[in-house]
Amino acid sequence: MAVLNEEQEMLRDMAREWAANESPVTEFRKVRASGAPEAFDRAAYAAMTEMGWAGIVIPEEHGGSDFGFLSAGLVVEELGKTLTATPIVMNTIAASAIVLGGNDEQKAAWLPRLASGAAIGTLAIDEGAKHDPAAIATQVTDGKLSGTKAFVPEAHGADLFVVAAKDGLYLVEKGDGVSLTTRNLTDQRSHADLTFDGAKAQKLANGGESLLDDVLDRARVLVAAEMLGMAQAVFETTLDYLKQRVQFNQVLATFQALQHRMADMFADLAQMRSAVEAGLQAIDSGFGIARAATVAKAEANRVMHKLSNEGIQLHGGIGMTDEYDVGFYLKRSRVLEATWGSTSYLRDRFAAIGGY
Amino acid sequence: MATVSQTDADSGVDAFREEVRTFVREHFPQELKGKSLAMGGVEIGGAETPDQKAWRKAIGQRGWGTPTWPKEYGGGGLNRKQAAILNEELARAGAYNPIGGMGVLMFGPTLLEYGNEAQKKEHIPPICRGEIRWCQGYSEPNAGSDLANLQTFAEDKGDHYLVNGQKTWTSGGQWAHKCFAIVRTDRSDKHNGISFLLIDMDSPGVEVRPITMISGTSPFCETFFTNVKVPKENLVGKEGQGWTIGKRLLQHERTNISGAGAGRGGPSLSDLAKKHSQVDSNGKLADQVLRDRIADVEIRWSSFLLTARRAVEESKAQGGVSEISSALKKLGTKLGQERAELAIEIMGKQGLGWEGDGFTGPELAGVRAWLYGKATTIYGGSTEIQNNIIAKRVLGMLDHQ
Ligand SMILES: Cc1cc2nc3c(=O)[nH]c(=O)nc-3n(C[C@H](O)[C@H](O)[C@H](O)COP(=O)(O)OP(=O)(O)OC[C@H]3O[C@@H](n4cnc5c(N)ncnc54)[C@H](O)[C@@H]3O)c2cc1C
Repeated sequence: MAVLNEEQEMLRDMAREWAANESPVTEFRKVRASGAPEAFDRAAYAAMTEMGWAGIVIPEEHGGSDFGFLSAGLVVEELGKTLTATPIVMNTIAASAIVLGGNDEQKAAWLPRLASGAAIGTLAIDEGAKHDPAAIATQVTDGKLSGTKAFVPEAHGADLFVVAAKDGLYLVEKGDGVSLTTRNLTDQRSHADLTFDGAKAQKLANGGESLLDDVLDRARVLVAAEMLGMAQAVFETTLDYLKQRVQFNQVLATFQALQHRMADMFADLAQMRSAVEAGLQAIDSGFGIARAATVAKAEANRVMHKLSNEGIQLHGGIGMTDEYDVGFYLKRSRVLEATWGSTSYLRDRFAAIGGY
Repeated sequence: MATVSQTDADSGVDAFREEVRTFVREHFPQELKGKSLAMGGVEIGGAETPDQKAWRKAIGQRGWGTPTWPKEYGGGGLNRKQAAILNEELARAGAYNPIGGMGVLMFGPTLLEYGNEAQKKEHIPPICRGEIRWCQGYSEPNAGSDLANLQTFAEDKGDHYLVNGQKTWTSGGQWAHKCFAIVRTDRSDKHNGISFLLIDMDSPGVEVRPITMISGTSPFCETFFTNVKVPKENLVGKEGQGWTIGKRLLQHERTNISGAGAGRGGPSLSDLAKKHSQVDSNGKLADQVLRDRIADVEIRWSSFLLTARRAVEESKAQGGVSEISSALKKLGTKLGQERAELAIEIMGKQGLGWEGDGFTGPELAGVRAWLYGKATTIYGGSTEIQNNIIAKRVLGMLDHQ
């Protein structure tokens, strides 16, 4: 666990308490049962913005707290533990894109609203089913953006899209020239294909050449923080279960084969936590972000993949039921593993960063 | 001499092949070509179309749904060679075997071995005709891996047993006509107090509650027995012999799962990869890493098939179960899961569809099968239990005293 200052500890404790009491997995079940395509609870989001969680990476002058990514990660991790359905991760990334690349006018127009929850932002980058920021065909002419984006997360609730075009990132508002087709994935959260047909677009012109990469690295790390919370929850639930389930007249936790499995996972989880926290800290320090973000998401993918499978296996038959939560983590895990970089994408990027 | 008999044999084989071809031509509805019933219909409760029904009746009448089972009980009475030809010809015609489910895969072979004459005459022919669905009443809430801990009790009432208790994870319980169950007839002896009983699912006092699975379907149930009367004729073997018979049935189940769990349905990994990623001018996958990983899975799949064949050959030669057969179930099911995971990776988010527009039927079915496939390393004796069997029974690595 990273060394936290007092502010961060308070924030984490508050998030932990809120997620456990106000947003246990039963809340995700309600969202799922409602069948609403935006797939989050507006009242719950209002409560989060009330506590300032949507503005953690937004400067104070624009209505945020400017606590930074480590703090944002602490909150997101707690939300991940209970699978809280919320656009807060994508909104935070959209806000950071504006912080990095927006001009004063754009910042003043959007950041206060993204911080307060008056508007929700998300990221529209990939144009195919796999993450590939090098393959973008979306174009802008005379301030009008045209192209298609695939599997945009939190698209249904979003008022603002940060869209990748051939020559950089643009802000596009929901409305004229933007149409949306729902894509239901296994996590039963919001995903949609977007078609932009001459939609009014404003360029984020201040971020320099690396803006797209910089934004994606922030997205990778924050998604990794969500996965860290998920992995922690699967681990703890499984450990608790093994300590109480009796077969052969003894609790399963007494079988050495299972003890060693849990010990392996404990070590994996430790590595995942170090990688994710280092990613968050790298963003806050501004040093070595690309490498740290790649390590964070690659480790998150590896460990979460393993834990999501082991969680089911070690629960036995009940792990296969919808009544138990462990299957939700598996289904969300695969979606997040594929988001902003699969393991093989990230390995390739890691090698490229290392110059080999 | 050898040449002459060889020719005789060949002409017999050819005649049989011709017989099968004629049969398929006359009876297999072309509309059903290329379709099949996943898992022999274990998880599907849907109604048959008239074509499907006609095909089931035709092949069932002939006994060819259970080709090697004895003719006197409604089986095909074929030898292995003929059965292989039958399979080849069905495959060639795009036809499938509609006679399946737990009756064929598990219960039938066990009853043929342990049942009395009257039981075989009563139960085997309807299985051969695909008329009766069987379900497996083994697991209970507190008897999973530790199956012998089962508590469902069958009380001796003279001419019948009175059964009380709860089973769970009963696959297809809501669609089954009958249940083969292991129940307790003696509380004083864990293993020798178990008996193998056949229970009508429409008996008064049987209640099933479907359980929803992570894949969104409800293919299994909790099954409750409250004062269910079961005639004594429905005891298979002797009272107290249920553990032996029940374990024999599990061997059939494991052999079947190791292959079925490998999920060979749908397109091959290489075809998927060619569709979803780049191919170079020589027809090779441009993504070297993916190419390597597909080859890795396929190489291990090949050696798995070789191992499966060796296990069959060894058990035939030895007249017993080969010691590698314990490894088969865990190998086949794990490979099936790896294959499903890799398919998802190849397709990206297109491989993670839950429902609705933008996904093909097979894509959605693949996702559900990936999720369902997680069960293959749990049921039929989990991977951990297989490892215990290998370590203790095969390798003699016993617990310290
Ligand atoms: C889809 C599905 C269909 C099924 N269909 C049927 C059916 O039709 N009829 C039926 O009777 N049953 C059925 N089952 C039940 C299945 O046989 C049981 O789930 C299985 O025996 C495991 O038991 P359990 O679920 O109680 O898990 P548990 O026994 O509680 O096991 C939990 C975990 O602990 C591990 N474990 C247990 N003991 C040990 C040990 N000694 N050493 C190391 N690890 C151990 C297990 O491997 C598992 O990972 C089905 C199950 C599923 C998932």
